[in-house]
Amino acid sequence: MVTSFLKSFFKKLSLNPFSKKSHIKLGLYGPPNGGKSTLANRICMDWLGEEMSAVSHIAHETREIKIKEQVSIKNKKGKELTFSLVDTPGISTKIDYEDFIKKGLKKPEAKKRAKEATKGVIDSIKWLDDMDSVVVVLDATKDPYSQVNITIIGNLQARNIPVLIAANKVDLKKSNIEAVKAAFPQYKVLGISAKYGKQIEDFYEQLFALAK
Amino acid sequence: MVTFKFVPYHEVEGLSSAKRVNKLLRIVKEDKIVIMEGRLKRQEEADLIEITMEEISPKFKGIELSVICPDKDKQDALQRIKGTFADVLLGDRQGLTIIGPASIVKKIESNPDQIELFTKDSRLSKKVFRRR
Repeated sequence: MVTSFLKSFFKKLSLNPFSKKSHIKLGLYGPPNGGKSTLANRICMDWLGEEMSAVSHIAHETREIKIKEQVSIKNKKGKELTFSLVDTPGISTKIDYEDFIKKGLKKPEAKKRAKEATKGVIDSIKWLDDMDSVVVVLDATKDPYSQVNITIIGNLQARNIPVLIAANKVDLKKSNIEAVKAAFPQYKVLGISAKYGKQIEDFYEQLFALAK
Repeated sequence: MVTFKFVPYHEVEGLSSAKRVNKLLRIVKEDKIVIMEGRLKRQEEADLIEITMEEISPKFKGIELSVICPDKDKQDALQRIKGTFADVLLGDRQGLTIIGPASIVKKIESNPDQIELFTKDSRLSKKVFRRR
């Protein structure tokens, strides 16, 4: 109880002697199917040589928080950045198990997925407070003015958590990075293709700026 | 038939965050579309999503949510000062918050100038809310 009080006290003063700089938590946040897990896999494959999360075309594939500890990346100048990568379930305001049935799942499986997905959304929101930096992964082929996107970014801003917006899927013709930039002009927006690694070197450089 | 329920700011301003969110969600669960004067705080928006997820069931599939508010970048200095004074004196009642049950509202598309609300039944007309 005393430790908890002291942690809370020092956190308010931004002087937390319990925290370690080497334990930066970098969160991947965003709506479902934006490519968070694909990006997490790209980062882990590039720097650890192994994948982190399963990916699927059916929404809410990631239904629980996944953490990969001690991910170290290096920039062109040889500087190293170590962080814990946190892949979060997509945040959504609605979940209908019938949508999963339409995607080919059987009813019991669809209901189970829906239930797990709701818990995943709750966990993602609860974990916001634990993040040191966040990459918001948006599907650049979709309308960026969704209230979910605005709510996620607004909540990060309210918590003073540094944000980088990754406008993903720029390999697709329908992608519109300018629309994402116009929707969030106060943030750094970087167009990437997590699937094909497009602009991924620039993305890694931006992580250094984000984690400062 | 689609029912809209207007919630004036004075009806929610004295409520705690939890009560405010629960009041709005209760109306939505009655299959009504809430049009609230003003907007929720950022944390309240996150709370609304969280509580919505807790209440998801085969009957209640969630919500569609959108906020339309004045674009401060397009306001001149005097308008911004007036807006800030109004916020301080009257509370954050600028803008409109629209929350509908996902079983009725298929999609709310918004951009800084207008909101388009698409209902599940395509025979119903598309409602367009424009910022004044």
